[in-house]
Amino acid sequence: MEPTKTSNPEYYHKVVDCQYACPAHTPVPEYIRLIAAGKYTEAYIVNWESNVFPGVLGRTCDRPCEPACRRGRLEDKEEPVAICRLKRVSADNRDEDLFQEYIPQGPFPKNGKRVALIGGGPASLTVARDLAPLGYEIDLYDEQPAGGGMMRTQIPSFRLPEQVLNDEVGYILNMGITTHFNHYVSSLQSVLDKNYDAVFVGTGAPRGRNLEIPGREEGAANIHIGIEWLQSVAFEHIHSIGTNVIVLGGGNTAMDCCRTSRRLGGSNVKVVVRSPFAEMKASPWEKEDALAEDIPIIDNHVPLEFVVKGGKLVGMLFDRVAPVYDEQGKRKLVSTGEEPVFIEADDVIIAIGQENTFPWIERDLGLEFGKWDMPVVDAITYQSTLKHVFFGGDAAFGPANIITAVAQAHQAAISIDLFCQGKPLHVRPHPMTNLVSAKMGIHEWSYDSMVTVDDRFKVPHADKSISLKDRKVEVELGFDTHTGFLEAERCLNCDVQTVFTENRCIECDACVDICPTSCITFTMNGPEEELRTRLTAPATNTHQDLLVSDLLKTGRVMVKDEDVCLHCGLCAERCPTSAWDMQLFSYYSPKAGAAS
Amino acid sequence: MSYVKPAFRHPELPRNELGYTKHDYEGGLSTLCAGCGHDSISAAIVQACFEMNIEPHKVAKMSGIGCSSKTPAYYLGHSHGFNSVHGRMPSVTTGAYLANRDLIYLGVSGDGDTASIGMGQFVHAVRRNLNMVYIVMNNGCYGLTKGQDSATADVGSVSKAGSVNPFDAIDLAGLALELGGTFVAQSFSGDKHQLVPLLKAAMHHKGFSFINVLSPCVTFNNNAGSTKSYDWVRDHMEATATIDLVPLRTEITTAYDDGAHQSVELHDGSTIVLEKLAHDWNPRDRNSAVRALHAARDEGRILTGLLYMDEDRPNLHEILHTTSEPLNKLTHVDLIPGASALEKINAGLR
Ligand SMILES: Cc1cc2nc3c(=O)[nH]c(=O)nc-3n(C[C@H](O)[C@H](O)[C@H](O)COP(=O)(O)OP(=O)(O)OC[C@H]3O[C@@H](n4cnc5c(N)ncnc54)[C@H](O)[C@@H]3O)c2cc1C
Ligand SMILES: Cc1ncc(C[n+]2csc(CCOP(=O)(O)OP(=O)(O)O)c2C)c(N)n1
Ligand code: SF4
Ligand code: SF4
Ligand code: SF4
Ligand code: SF4
Ligand SMILES: [Mg+2]
Repeated sequence: MEPTKTSNPEYYHKVVDCQYACPAHTPVPEYIRLIAAGKYTEAYIVNWESNVFPGVLGRTCDRPCEPACRRGRLEDKEEPVAICRLKRVSADNRDEDLFQEYIPQGPFPKNGKRVALIGGGPASLTVARDLAPLGYEIDLYDEQPAGGGMMRTQIPSFRLPEQVLNDEVGYILNMGITTHFNHYVSSLQSVLDKNYDAVFVGTGAPRGRNLEIPGREEGAANIHIGIEWLQSVAFEHIHSIGTNVIVLGGGNTAMDCCRTSRRLGGSNVKVVVRSPFAEMKASPWEKEDALAEDIPIIDNHVPLEFVVKGGKLVGMLFDRVAPVYDEQGKRKLVSTGEEPVFIEADDVIIAIGQENTFPWIERDLGLEFGKWDMPVVDAITYQSTLKHVFFGGDAAFGPANIITAVAQAHQAAISIDLFCQGKPLHVRPHPMTNLVSAKMGIHEWSYDSMVTVDDRFKVPHADKSISLKDRKVEVELGFDTHTGFLEAERCLNCDVQTVFTENRCIECDACVDICPTSCITFTMNGPEEELRTRLTAPATNTHQDLLVSDLLKTGRVMVKDEDVCLHCGLCAERCPTSAWDMQLFSYYSPKAGAAS
Repeated sequence: MSYVKPAFRHPELPRNELGYTKHDYEGGLSTLCAGCGHDSISAAIVQACFEMNIEPHKVAKMSGIGCSSKTPAYYLGHSHGFNSVHGRMPSVTTGAYLANRDLIYLGVSGDGDTASIGMGQFVHAVRRNLNMVYIVMNNGCYGLTKGQDSATADVGSVSKAGSVNPFDAIDLAGLALELGGTFVAQSFSGDKHQLVPLLKAAMHHKGFSFINVLSPCVTFNNNAGSTKSYDWVRDHMEATATIDLVPLRTEITTAYDDGAHQSVELHDGSTIVLEKLAHDWNPRDRNSAVRALHAARDEGRILTGLLYMDEDRPNLHEILHTTSEPLNKLTHVDLIPGASALEKINAGLR
């Protein structure tokens, strides 16, 4: 193999598994260390810079970082660090005054450019936050009475208290954003007519999918579309539901619908899903929470019809199916041929998916639409074919989640800034990186290199007898600061890199001998695939890189498998010549205004 | 403060026939200097015991005093051990071996511990053919007492402080050969490919197995001009043969070049296969081993690998016709055979 080019910051970036997996590349280990040090406000700031809504995300994030977390690979039963819930610890314990000292305070000197944001969800709000301090004059339009988008209209209060959302939306709107709430944009042309320098479309994927089967029309009064229903609950237009409720669908929306139903009077709430339980789209923790609230999940049932008697919905008929997989592993649901199953219901909520829809965008503006009637958007710049119109969030590439919306919006903000300055959009600004030794003295590092053996701590929940009575009572109570500290100590500090300097190495093997997880090998070089087979321990995880040195004196190379390195620093402790050093690597994703 | 070895090990560490991973053969975290050759020898011992499927409780780690003699704390944490006074490891091992012949005696010593204060003990252990492995972690100095020249420091070797050693070195391997050692080898701490199979062969051998392992003292004797430094040893090493230990009942699958390969069968049925590199050398001919060693020394080379072995000489228990049972397994019946047995003995003396 070629010697690893560690001068390219992407190499070390990839070693920090959680940060690499986070769409916004939040410096996770950095904020976890700050939490361990009791510096909650600083930890909050690190988050706020990257993901804009730490309090919201600390409760609701889809957390792609956690399955990526190195800690989860250490042993069969070892679980990832509770990265997401630690974020909440930083939010819960921040000092508001100190926070205000850290963040940019308006009014900001104007740069003469005007930007319109259509939609007030996390995507648009992120663009606003990134651009306002640069002097952009920003108009935000949303048909809802308040900002937040689906964070407000969809995510139920028992998962996300309104105050938490209001605080974090408020930080942004207070930056001098001009809001136009209760303002549905029915024509893009009308916005373009206002001669903005750039327009950002962050309107989400607002249409809930319908289910057209017999009985749909007759039972309409008691059949609801999930996201419309959740929105009506959020805005207090709906206060109750029948005793017997069926929720159709297996995603997170279905989980929110069933749990909300339990709080509005549904005592017999069932989720019915076509696919097998294990293949449901909902996150494992969302399913757990639903089951814990006595909501059975009935899988392998395909809806046949709504049964209406005397003009009133009484239940539904389902066909029982079994999954059959072809050679490519593609699934087909095949009827078992048994009698249809009747399940009684006073109300049915359809939560089987969301779609984009752009009825308000005229098709003759030069803004091209492609497959599935989606706008054609550049995946790097988020620019549409109408050069000054940009997309981001669910509106750009279909429904995803908050952190994806934020990450895309950061990129769109960069593009808008470049565009308004007349600069090329494809020359992207670089991340800000740094690499400094963590050595403080003998056996002394600037990070806590000890690896604790604690299992992942569980977040305590409010008593069901209380939380099921009121949809505004938050279920998760969050870690207290002590548990937060212990959980933070589980983090391996993967951003403290093992940096190797070949011309210092005397090939004494001390690092090989000490490494607890057998990461290091000195051997003859070879092609990667073959090299992986003759390392100190099997290197079977090809998603993780090998760090390969240049030729050493004996003609061998040093090969380090990054896979399960504990970042314990023992190799550097035991190296007599400091050929190994532990160095703190920082990586901050570029934001609008950064030099390219 | 970070100096604690984490509990986690690689999740896919291979297991041996006993179901153990290498981890089960580790000991405490070393307190030796970072980069000390002795730590590599400890790691080689761990590897060898793992590969040989040794039950840790069947091993006794014996040592004297010195950095080298501290190492038993850093491997085989579940084995027996005795850390004796300076230079007295051989006599303590002799006693232990006489009391319990069933254990594998793994003695480690330093060049000071062996070639100075313990010399008188060492020679008798060789001469008596104790069934033990005797490893000298040879760094040419007294590491623990801050690097004074030892009796194995080569004449002309320059110390860290700049003084030149005026005395000729004691050649421990040569001495072991001279005294009738039945398994004599040399190696280098920085060459586990050679050291691990040598250790395995030594543990298989039923008799005194001596391995003189050059093991740089990174703190006091790794300077330019030292003949026990990493660089010097690497530049002057020459191997007698590549060595491979084929355990009992395992088919020899590697294709060896006929003219150059030699197999040595061990008493337990295992085979050592040597791919010879040095000419005119025969591991079963003591004279040729002595000649090869002398020739190497004259040319400033360090001859490593297996030098000599003799599977036929009886070991101490066989020479003394002692009881075949370890003393701690003897019962009242064995120990007090009764008046008739006494009568028999007395009759024999009449
Ligand atoms: C039930 C449910 C639960 C969810 N739970 C989570 C969760 O726990 N974690 C997570 O990460 N994600 C969750 N999501 C997904 C997440 O809410 C979205 O991915 C995210 O909000 C998308 O952000 P956005 O800014 O692109 O759009 P949105 O949040 O959808 O915001 C779009 C805004 O634009 C407004 N708008 C649309 N069209 C117009 C128009 N023409 N004129 C004016 N205003 C307009 C809308 O009113 C809305 O306020 C959930 C989604 C649903 C449906
Ligand atoms: C009876 C006695 N005399 C002297 C000493 C001091 N002493 C301790 S270690 C040592 C030399 C050790 O040298 P070596 O055996 O080569 O071990 P190394 O530290 O080099 O591995 C000496 C002289 C002692 N501990 N006991
Ligand atoms: S252990 Fe810590 S730094 Fe490493 S991936 Fe997990 S959270 Fe990130
Ligand atoms: S930091 Fe060094 S010693 Fe620790 S696990 Fe990683 S490579 Fe091994
Ligand atoms: S401990 Fe240091 S000098 Fe020794 S082999 Fe490892 S990197 Fe090289
Ligand atoms: S003084 Fe020398 S022999 Fe002793 S531990 Fe340090 S390097 Fe090893
Ligand atoms: Mg010594």
